[in-house]
Amino acid sequence: MRQLLTFIRKEFLHVFRDRKTLLMLFGLPIAQIVLFGFALSNEIKDSRIAVVDYSKDPVTTHIISKIAASDYFDIQRSLASADQLQTAFKKGNIKLAVIFPSGFGDDLMHTGNATMQVIADASDPNQATTITNYMNQIINDYNAELAKDAHQPMQIVPELQMLYNPELRGAPNFVPGVMALVLMLVCTMMTSVAIVKEKELGTMEILLVSPFKPIYIIIAKLAPNLLISVLNLFIILLLSYLFLDLPVKGSLLLLVTCSILFILTSLSIGLLLSISAKTQQAAMMGSLMGMMLPTMLLTGFLFPIENMPLALQVLSNIVPSRWYFIIVKRVMLKGLGLTSVWKEMSILSGMCLLLFAISLRKFKIRLQ
Amino acid sequence: MASVITTDKLTKRFGAFIAASELTFEVGKGEIFGFLGANGAGKTTAMRMLCGLSTPSSGKASVAGFDVYTQTEKIKRRIGYMSQKFSLYDDLTVTENIRFYAGIYGMSRPAIKTKTTQLLEELQLQQEAKTLVKELPLGWKQKLAFSVSIVHDPDIVFLDEPTGGVDPVTRRQFWDLIYAAADRGVTIFVTTHYMDEAEYCNRVSIMVDGIIAALDSPARLKEKYAAANMEDVFYQLARNAQRKAD
Repeated sequence: MRQLLTFIRKEFLHVFRDRKTLLMLFGLPIAQIVLFGFALSNEIKDSRIAVVDYSKDPVTTHIISKIAASDYFDIQRSLASADQLQTAFKKGNIKLAVIFPSGFGDDLMHTGNATMQVIADASDPNQATTITNYMNQIINDYNAELAKDAHQPMQIVPELQMLYNPELRGAPNFVPGVMALVLMLVCTMMTSVAIVKEKELGTMEILLVSPFKPIYIIIAKLAPNLLISVLNLFIILLLSYLFLDLPVKGSLLLLVTCSILFILTSLSIGLLLSISAKTQQAAMMGSLMGMMLPTMLLTGFLFPIENMPLALQVLSNIVPSRWYFIIVKRVMLKGLGLTSVWKEMSILSGMCLLLFAISLRKFKIRLQ
Repeated sequence: MASVITTDKLTKRFGAFIAASELTFEVGKGEIFGFLGANGAGKTTAMRMLCGLSTPSSGKASVAGFDVYTQTEKIKRRIGYMSQKFSLYDDLTVTENIRFYAGIYGMSRPAIKTKTTQLLEELQLQQEAKTLVKELPLGWKQKLAFSVSIVHDPDIVFLDEPTGGVDPVTRRQFWDLIYAAADRGVTIFVTTHYMDEAEYCNRVSIMVDGIIAALDSPARLKEKYAAANMEDVFYQLARNAQRKAD
């Protein structure tokens, strides 16, 4: 036991001596939160739009005031004629235009049906899709209001062509993603590099010739990374609570438990990487390419897994962060408890045990 | 002289390849035993078997009185090891390195403290106790690495090309340390490519293609091969080697 403590102490010394890496380790989650939380938000606010109202009746006025009140739109101008729209779009002054034909209100009151036009600048298709969705939402809201008061069914039909965008992803989706990404990266990279470093230095030989047990080497190597990762976890949670308005809705204990489970899984992957890598660079590249890409792409926080080809959907099942991402979303954002995440937890535990067993076995074999 | 290493037809095969074939020798307590051979001759394989890192394919061997098949853990407690890479942690201080290696051998805290002070004094490194190892000159690192390898007072220390890359003066000083340890009764098992160092050994074995081609004191080897120096002896034996470097 004393031997193990000596070793763990040494590992912490390594970590604290290397200021640059330490800075990177704690800078990474902060940078990620800032990037994903603020800069890379794919919510589009204050889009400039133009309104052409040929009808000018109480109904159109009401809808226009609703649009103006929305955070998403900034009514740049009200145009008298649709002819002027062309120029406005070409100049890039507006992203979207709404046209109410004459007699819009009358049509709605008398026939129960009215059609309006929504035109979007689709040179950036994603943006166009998103903002037409916002517009749709506003009109749907108004439809719902009408349905409540009216004696007869009335409906406004916005004429727009749209793709279905399942959820408007913003900070709530990114924070769990960032958590998965940061923990995965830190754990795998740090662990694999730490072990390969001993091999490169030649100190591994000495350790093997000493009575020090190989399992102790592994435990000692994992200890500082576990601590750093847990600290990172709290930094991310604190940042998202303070700046992104995202408190942990469910049990903090459950979230931390699941996170530690995920951290242990990632550490095992790092261990496995270190066994095959010969140099620190190889270990680093292996964790970056082998871990970062699948984590980014197949976790579901950048691209929804349901929209992927079947092969990728199947493949995503073996990415641990995918399961962790689901857990964090349920516990942190939706406030759900153990009953709704036990399945994902068991999958992670299984992966963790399996990976650890394999790496332990391989580690021992290499020593022969 | 009591022997601390005894081998009898110790052999290691990797498939059809026989890396070390029927090695039989004894090394006495406090002896400086030179283990020579060209690259690929099987030195490392033999040494790994004696250190308990690799299980022999056949033959017998005991190190510090323990069997290399069944008592490797006990062997590990009684031996020290220093490799050509020196194996110190660059980002730890001199004291931290000493403490770490003493610690993994399970030495008690007071013992580690006494030993650290004693070592720093012997090496005249008191001023550098808190210096990071990466800032030390190569020669000092080497001496420190040696001292660290015997910090737990082992019966035998295995030195795997310990003097690679240092100048002759430093090498000479390093050998003073080796002699001092041998005088205290530590057995030195050393591999080297420097033939002047072979002259410093009590006895020398020369491996060629997995077998021990010669084993005797440097003086008698020179006499037997009618050679002016050990370099000549080595050349006569090793020039016909079939195996090339590994």
